[in-house]
Amino acid sequence: MTVTDVRKDPTALTMTIASEWEAPIARVWQLWADPRKLERWWGPPTYPATVVDHDLRPGGAVSYYMTSPEGEKMHGWWKVVAVDEPHRLDMVDGFADADGKPNDSMPTTQFTVTLAELPSGSTRMTIESRFPSSEAMAQLIEMGMDEGIKAALGQIDDILNVAV
Amino acid sequence: MVVDQRRTDEERTDLLFHALADATRRDIVRLVLNGEHSVSDLARRYPMSFAAVQKHVAVLERADLITKHQRGRERFVRGRIDAVRDVNLLLDELEAIWRDRMQRFGEVLAEPDESQPTNLNHHRPSNKENRHDRD
Repeated sequence: MTVTDVRKDPTALTMTIASEWEAPIARVWQLWADPRKLERWWGPPTYPATVVDHDLRPGGAVSYYMTSPEGEKMHGWWKVVAVDEPHRLDMVDGFADADGKPNDSMPTTQFTVTLAELPSGSTRMTIESRFPSSEAMAQLIEMGMDEGIKAALGQIDDILNVAV
Repeated sequence: MVVDQRRTDEERTDLLFHALADATRRDIVRLVLNGEHSVSDLARRYPMSFAAVQKHVAVLERADLITKHQRGRERFVRGRIDAVRDVNLLLDELEAIWRDRMQRFGEVLAEPDESQPTNLNHHRPSNKENRHDRD
């Protein structure tokens, strides 16, 4: 497992997950910057993600949807707050309506992705999720639970078959 | 998107997080998890009115974070460890989602770097060269 550290702080409403990858920083960055790569790890195999728009510039937007086993599409969006390729990405993640328009009645999460080159040539990635309010955190965790439980059912990603 | 049978759980979760969103209430929870305190004792600890502290205690009680009981003329407050654990369970779920994502991240990263559309690197190092055997 490449996850090296997870910190959960219910009082600060943050969750931080740190990982290390035996790959150069530019390659790790590509998994965020290349929509075809991003969509293959963002959603679980049972809810595959499809990235529609992908503009990773400050003020830019990323839109995506996840398809349920029944074929239902659940739309989401990111708003890019700040980018410092390949070191840092600040964004807001939210839900969208069926037509892909951001749904303001749903809570959003803020993410900060930080990539750092290690002396070994590996890359450390830290992702911090910040919840705007305790209610939003509760709601998002509830919704994410469905996703997590389904992913945990053990379907091994198709990606594995493509991998070397 | 949240199924109906979850409603009760969800409301409970909302109450929990709402209760823990306030610094004084978090402090009260920490305090009474370590031992029982009377409401008047709690009121003496915070620069606020007895009524205000009582209100905080009521919010915590609604969220099942504490229990209150009467002894003599005093009302005592005790923390419920199992409820505090619930918050951590929710965060554990969130952790599971991200661990799954990181696992898939690793799988995509392990693939040969062929589908890269932005042709930034003219020289593409092979997977072998990328790997650093260490530990």
